Amino acid sequence: MWKWIQRQASPKVFYQTCINLRPWFFWPFIGFLTVGLYWALVVSPADYQQGDGYRIIFIHVPSAILSMLIYAIMAIAGGIGLIWQIKMAEVVAKVSAPIGAAFTIIALASGAIWGKPMWGAWWVWDARLTSELILLFLYLAYMSLNSAFDNPRTAAKSSSILAIVGLVNLPIIHYSVKWWNTLHQGYSVGTGGLKDPDMLIALALMFVASIFLYTTLVAIKAKTEVLIREQNARWVKDEVQGVIL
Amino acid sequence: MTRRQNRMILVLLLVLGVFSAGYLGIKAFSENLLYFYTPTDIEAGKTPIGKSFRVGGLVKLESVIREDMLVTFVLTDNNKNIEVKYEGILPDLFREGQGIVATGSVLNSCKGLTCKNTFLATEVLAKHDENYMPPEVAEALQYTATLK
Repeated sequence: MWKWIQRQASPKVFYQTCINLRPWFFWPFIGFLTVGLYWALVVSPADYQQGDGYRIIFIHVPSAILSMLIYAIMAIAGGIGLIWQIKMAEVVAKVSAPIGAAFTIIALASGAIWGKPMWGAWWVWDARLTSELILLFLYLAYMSLNSAFDNPRTAAKSSSILAIVGLVNLPIIHYSVKWWNTLHQGYSVGTGGLKDPDMLIALALMFVASIFLYTTLVAIKAKTEVLIREQNARWVKDEVQGVIL
Repeated sequence: MTRRQNRMILVLLLVLGVFSAGYLGIKAFSENLLYFYTPTDIEAGKTPIGKSFRVGGLVKLESVIREDMLVTFVLTDNNKNIEVKYEGILPDLFREGQGIVATGSVLNSCKGLTCKNTFLATEVLAKHDENYMPPEVAEALQYTATLK
């Protein structure tokens, strides 16, 4: 088992795995996105108070969940890189950061667009919105710290520590609507939340689509990152030569 | 102890330390993180004096009076009430029975011996709850509620 993991984590095998997995992530993403959008925009009924305006939830909630999930993956991969010194875990952590930041921006922007007509304000400084904004800053800090070092190993070490410290923000974001009086509503899934089975199916489809989008992007970006890191290795020279000549 | 175990313990200590620091921080700042007060808090005198703050609650049924742009309504948390005056544009979701959050300050006016608090709002935001449902379900729920 340990041997198998070590083999998978060698740059060359990992590079090949990224290439092999890409279509298995990309096409399910397209499939789930198409069916999910149809379910979200056509099949799901309108809301009793917001009419069609509530449908932004099918973008907003998956992005918000992904923004937190990717941060957790980033911090855990960083921790694995710190403890077991697995270089490919560092690669996964590094390439996840901009993707997670993008999902955070989508969550914040879609929330603001919904907030203006429904609440009457683009932005309020309540606990949920503020902690999500801090998450965006954590991603940006991680990315700038990671690119501040010339040596990728040193960069991974210091930025992984930052990522692990930032983990404390995740439970704060999640429980903020429960611990404090916030303008942001409570959980959209669970005892309250979406009351219609079609709405729940649409949300689930869009959520799965977002996960496949994330894994597709990681496969693409990790492949490039491995090439950059291993640029002096023999197999990379062979690989690139085949393309250039 | 191997170096790997050493690193593992260091990372675990880091996680533990950060989470306990976060927990203590939240404990200490909980008051400040409160987005709004309730009408009960105003009655109990827990709200800041001479400073603008937010109050949240439900718009009481059949309490909204509109005169041009001036809106007067009663805000309730099903325990205590307060009268709110607001001049301006209300959000789409503002309606009777709806949860809202108003920013402003309390004006204490006395007529003879009876004093009453009025909340002068400078901003009114609608607070949406987490329930999303088609109109038929909402009607059915309301119908069962009236039967009780």
